[in-house]
Amino acid sequence: MAELDTSGGGKKGGKVRSKKQSTRVDLTAMVDLAFLLITFFMMTTTLSKPKAMDLAMPDKDKKEENTLDVAASRTMTILLGTNNQVMWYIGEPGKTPPSKDNFGKNGLRKTLIENKESVRNKTGKTMFVIIKPSDKSVYKNMVDVLDEMAITNIDSYGIVDISPVEIDLLKRDGLY
Amino acid sequence: MPRVKVARKSTAIDMTAMCDVAFLLLTFFILTAKPRVEDPVPVDVPGSIKEIPIPDDNLAIITVGQNKAFFSVEGNDVRRSLLQQMGELYGVQFTPEEYAKFEVLPIFGVPVRSLKQFLAMDADQKKNYEQPGIPRDSVSNELFNWIRESRKAAKALHNQELRVSIKGDSKEEYPVIKEVIDILQDQEVNKFSLITTLRGASK
Repeated sequence: MAELDTSGGGKKGGKVRSKKQSTRVDLTAMVDLAFLLITFFMMTTTLSKPKAMDLAMPDKDKKEENTLDVAASRTMTILLGTNNQVMWYIGEPGKTPPSKDNFGKNGLRKTLIENKESVRNKTGKTMFVIIKPSDKSVYKNMVDVLDEMAITNIDSYGIVDISPVEIDLLKRDGLY
Repeated sequence: MPRVKVARKSTAIDMTAMCDVAFLLLTFFILTAKPRVEDPVPVDVPGSIKEIPIPDDNLAIITVGQNKAFFSVEGNDVRRSLLQQMGELYGVQFTPEEYAKFEVLPIFGVPVRSLKQFLAMDADQKKNYEQPGIPRDSVSNELFNWIRESRKAAKALHNQELRVSIKGDSKEEYPVIKEVIDILQDQEVNKFSLITTLRGASK
């Protein structure tokens, strides 16, 4: 392919011909270099692009007529405390005893699935989850909880500011 | 007894096709390569199972780490008009060289007042300079203005609503993230993305 036809015609007469040189080039070094560079660029390209998680926050200045009351029996509130610990309760604060929990498969995820089932059995409607991160929680906790929502297929949830009553609850159990 | 002669074959093979393929791939990788943007502070992005890739353009990222906020927005034209608008807002005049430098600045976290000084640095100095983060207190909420002006610029140039993403460090305390979310909500950006990395569903 890279060679030109270098075979001359038949021998004709005694003409002096300049010797034709082969145009064949040794490509090995070039290929080596090319593959080296390919390897370099392949390694440096970011293989795992960062992913995004969409988050919709409730409007700040709420228009009262647009809000809808959710029955306390089907709301589950998750309080995020310090040291990757969480506390949750069903219904209103103070009325139902809160439980401590932690992140992970057997912690919050199990609880969410159980509560989702029980709320559906009791009221026939989906559960609404209120996430209240306290000042002592870290960003990872918030993302983890939102992630658990995605894993357990809970569509209705919201991030709300924590109230002093709930901070007291956290303090009592040493999560704040 | 006649010896069986093994015909000697040349070991040289035709490299042309291999060379073609190698350079084709090389060209592809060079063209698709995107310089990795170094974050001014180490940011350990939390994992999630969501698989929505972040778009390449029309995106503004607020990087939060070590209690500091950094801002980056995609698009050279957006950045240029953003600097112009911010200069007008804060009464700072920028020279054409500074515009050119700002256009290619991937991420920054300095107050507007010291932006001139920051732009004058070369790449090495920028790397060693510890950026103080964009002020976001109630006295001078510059982060608010950066976000609002870049949204305006994106709207004017591309007629698109700018997507705002927050890239937060795992260990960042929630109040800091909340401040940033509040700044976004103050300008009625209620929908935004959190940048995460992929992790397996069974953790």
